[in-house]
Parts: sequence; structure tokens; C-alpha cells
Amino acid sequence: MHASKDKDFALAIEGLTVSFDGFKAVDDLSLYVDDNEIRVIIGPNGAGKTTVLDLICGRTKADAGSIVFKGKDLTKMKENQIVQAGVGRFFQNPSVYEDLTVYENLELSYPRGRSVFGSLFFRPDAALVERVTAVAETIFLADHLQDIAGELSHGQKQWLEIGMLLVQDPALMMLDEPVAGMSVSERRQTAELLHQIIQDRSVIVVEHDMSFVADIAHRVTVMHQGSVLSEGSMQHVQSDARVKEVYLGH
Amino acid sequence: MTTPQTATAERSFWIGFTILAALILLVLPLMLDVFRLNLVGRYLTYAFVAVGLVLCWGYGGILSLGQGVFFGLGGYCLAMFLKLESSTPEATAIQSTPGIPDFMDWNQITALPWFWEPFKSLPVALIAIVVVPAVFAYVIGVAMFKRRVGGVYFAIITQAIAAIMTILIIGQQGYTGGINGITDLRTLLGWDIRTDSAKTILYFVNALLLLATLVLARWILTSRLGRILVAMRGKEDRVRFSGYSVANFKIFVFCVAAAMSGIGGAMFTLQFGFMSPSFVGIVPSIEMVIFAAVGGRLSILGAVYGALIVNWAKSIFSEAFPELWLLAMGGLFIAVVMAFPNGLAGLYSVYVAPMLPRIRAWAMSTRGLPARDTDGQISKPGVTHAR
Repeated sequence: MHASKDKDFALAIEGLTVSFDGFKAVDDLSLYVDDNEIRVIIGPNGAGKTTVLDLICGRTKADAGSIVFKGKDLTKMKENQIVQAGVGRFFQNPSVYEDLTVYENLELSYPRGRSVFGSLFFRPDAALVERVTAVAETIFLADHLQDIAGELSHGQKQWLEIGMLLVQDPALMMLDEPVAGMSVSERRQTAELLHQIIQDRSVIVVEHDMSFVADIAHRVTVMHQGSVLSEGSMQHVQSDARVKEVYLGH
Repeated sequence: MTTPQTATAERSFWIGFTILAALILLVLPLMLDVFRLNLVGRYLTYAFVAVGLVLCWGYGGILSLGQGVFFGLGGYCLAMFLKLESSTPEATAIQSTPGIPDFMDWNQITALPWFWEPFKSLPVALIAIVVVPAVFAYVIGVAMFKRRVGGVYFAIITQAIAAIMTILIIGQQGYTGGINGITDLRTLLGWDIRTDSAKTILYFVNALLLLATLVLARWILTSRLGRILVAMRGKEDRVRFSGYSVANFKIFVFCVAAAMSGIGGAMFTLQFGFMSPSFVGIVPSIEMVIFAAVGGRLSILGAVYGALIVNWAKSIFSEAFPELWLLAMGGLFIAVVMAFPNGLAGLYSVYVAPMLPRIRAWAMSTRGLPARDTDGQISKPGVTHAR
């Protein structure tokens, strides 16, 4: 794995390191994601998968290394600037705005009027209404637009969160265990939904469900103790002896 | 998008607004003598602060225990102008330095301090009423919110600022008038503000400014910014990952609340002819939070009623049991927070509002008209649209 500087990656992570109280959660990690690539990160608990996502979206600050997305170093930017640069994040626990309606949740994710005065004078236009309506259709919530989000079921909240990401339309989407905690039927419906929304963008998924991983991944990165243990196609990593030992073996 | 709920919320706000306007512009002036009306005018100056607190505390989730600072700043800005106007060299000829405010002369100050100079001009003073509190709030906001200081820590810091401000004003007697404040204000551009007719006119100016403030607050809350505030209150982190700078929104709403408080303070100065540190400190600042809490921290109209009712109760109660008032106030605050966290407006939307369609239907049927379905849905109790 080496960076060829002439190739344009959608996302290039190099030498990324962060430690919490002396414990290196991510240790000199390098990772390259192409345009329109779907990359799945797997690994045992505590391998640093979620921390990598936190580092990319600015929730955690790196001690060393760079995260270059479309020519911009994300390690020097604030969370909201990173979002504005085109990075979207789906959280492990559905986090929607419980006091607002489904419509308002989606509307707030629309990537315009994000400054203080921009939002003060923002008036929804036809394009926004169209986009929100279309997304609500996709996430099976077209009949719930005026419902308060806090009253939705767990699965519906998860869909709403996906919908908020869709309205945001990020060039790089990060999904943290998108099918965790779902019933079998919800899981199937969500998997279908994810298939639709991961088109035309780069996606990084952290997931434990191996059938789901095999289903969507273009390439798989296996993390262990904060660094990359193995990388390649699903078949490749599955046949890697070290991967079997630390993760897939049991 | 106009939906049944937003249309109903919109309509019920304007009905409530009209009722309030009728109350403070017609009913109270017709019922009360000038002295009592002047007292109501005083309560209404606190309502400016309470409306600001609905924005920044109720919606923005920022509890400030130092709003008295901004009330005082606005009040002092106007008081400085009025004091200079009444301190002409002729009027102050007996002083060792004529032409400066009397309290400066008593404190052996021989020239007008530089920061008093701009307040010789009324336009500057009027702009300062809004700008000085807003800029001060901006400085606090940048220092706190950019570092992600919030919640209880922010409340404690604002309380400390209120205490520091009081000490500063009292300590710098020669520049501020000390514990007495700036007193003996008589005229505004030659117009005597102490007469009954002036007091009546100022009451109406105050009431109209308050109504304008309510319209502004309503406009902010119904904009996208208002929804961002609601979103932020619950899930601050998520708002960041929707691409918004949480700190900037907090700073903005804190500045707006400060500017509103400043206007209230200035109107107080005009109606009562003085401004003193007793409106700046911790106790008055907390009282202002109580007005908003009792009225309903999610309702800008409720905040006005909160300011009116609590102050009215205070004037009655403290005439009878002066020592007990502070305890009663504390008890009231605890009761509100424990029993009805959305205040009077919350009680209204839970118990009264759902009955309105039924009452309307009943009224229709007694008049022999067919009871028709009401068009709007009943808004769910306790949710964001209780304004």
C-alpha cells in the first residue's frame, strides 16, 4: 500500500495517529478511498474503526498525520466546515431532531442557508420541497412528514437519519454500523435503502454483519489495534491467515 | 411549506398577539391611573428581557443568569445622555467644575471622562442602547461558545459577570454614580419626562416597542434559524454534522437577547428617570429568568404575561410581607420547574387550547348553527410549537 501522488483519491489518509491517555487508538494509519468506491472497515472491538470515522469528520482531533479530501486537509477544519466540504456521517445510534417534524429534520439537512444570517433569511424554494418529498418517498416516510420525529419507531428514525444524509448529498458518506440493532425485516429494507443511496459517491462503512459486508463492499480494510492488518477484496481478506486469527476465526 | 399545523400555530400566535396588544394598549390604560400604569410600564420593561430569554434559554438552550447586565447597559447608555443633558453649565453652576454630572463633581473629577463624550449625542446614545449590550454579549459569546462552554458552566459565568459588573459600577463612583446610579434625569431634548402626560406617552412608546420586539422574535423563531435553535437544544452535536456552526448560532441568539434587554433597560430609564446597579446584579438577573420560566420559556407571549403577573404578585405580596418575598420567589421558581416546566403557556396549551374547538362547537350549536369540524389539528402538548 503506497500513495502514488499522481493519482487523485477521493480520500487519502496518511500517517494518521491519535492516542487517548497514552493508548494509541489509531496508529500510523494510511487509507486511500477512490471516487465512487464502497469501502468497508471491519475488525474486532477496540480496533479503532469508529475512531477513524470520528477523525475524518472532525469529532476527534488527530495527533499526527493528514486526511486529504478533494485537496483539503480535514484535520485543520472544524466539523461544520468538513460537512460543507462534502463529508456526511451516519451515527451508530439514530440521532434525529426529536422535537422537530420529519419534514423539518430533512429540511434542515438541505445544504443551503447554513450561516447565521443565511438561515435567518432562508426561504424554502421549490427545489427544496421537491428534494425533501423525493427523499421522504425513498425512506418510506412520505406519509409521516408532519409527524414529530421523536415519536417514530427506532427503525424509522434510522431511515430518517439516512434521509437527512441523502438531502445533504455528501460526496463522501460514512456509515457506522447502519444495520445494527434492527429486526430481520428492517435490516433487509435498510440494506435495500443503502444500496440506493451509496450510488454516485464514495462510501466508508463500519460493519460487523459479514453477509452485509460481502454484499456491498468493493474493498475491505481490516483494522487491528489501530492499524491496517489487511486490505483488498472480500475473498482476499477472508483468506488472510492473520485476519482469521484476530477476527474472523471465531 | 405551509401545513395545517404551521397554519394553526401561525393563526393562534396572531390571535394571542392581538389579545396581548389589546390588553396593554387599551384595557390597562383605561383601567389604571397614571401611577399604576407607570408600574405596569416598569413590568413591561422586564418583559423585553424575558422575551430575549425565551429566545436564548427556551429555544437556544443557553441559560444566562446575567441578563440584568444587558438591561443595565442599555439603561445606563440612555441615562448618560439624559444626565449630560441636565448637567448644563448653567444648571450646575454651583459645582466646582460646572458642566459635568453632579456625582462626578462630588468625587473630585474635574473633566468629563472620554467614554462619556459620545453620549452627548442622542443618536449615538440610541444606537449604543442596542449595540453596547450586543457587543458585550458577542465578546462573552465568542469567549464561551467557541470553546464549547455551555450549560451550567455558562450560567455560573454569566452570574459571575453580573456580580463583577455590580461591583465595578459601585466601585467606580466618580464615573458611574456608584450605588445610587445615575439619578435626577429630567428632560429628553427639552421635553420634561417627569410629568403625567409624559409618563403616559412613554408607557405607550414602551408598549409599542415591546410589541415590535415580539414581532421580531416571532420572525426569528419561524425562520430556519428558529428550527436550528430547537434542533441544537436537543442534539447539538448532530447540528454540527448537518454543517452548521453551533457556536455562531449561540452567539447570535445571545446577542439578540442582550440587545432586547438593552432596549428594556433604556425604557426603564426613561420612565423612571434613573438607572442604578440594583438592576444589574445577581438577584434581578435571576428574577428575570423567573419571569420567563413562569410565563413559559417556549412562549414569547407567555414571557410577557410572566413578567406582568410575577411583578404584580411581587408588588402585592411585598407590601404585605416584605421579608418573605424572596422566599416566595424561590419557591415559585422551584414549583414552576418541577411541576410545569413550560410555564403558563405550557398549561394553556395542555389544558385550555384543546378545549377551544369544543367550546367553539358548543357555541355554534347553542346558536342553532350546525357544529362543523374545526379545520386545524390540535397541537400536541408540550412540543415546540407552543409559542
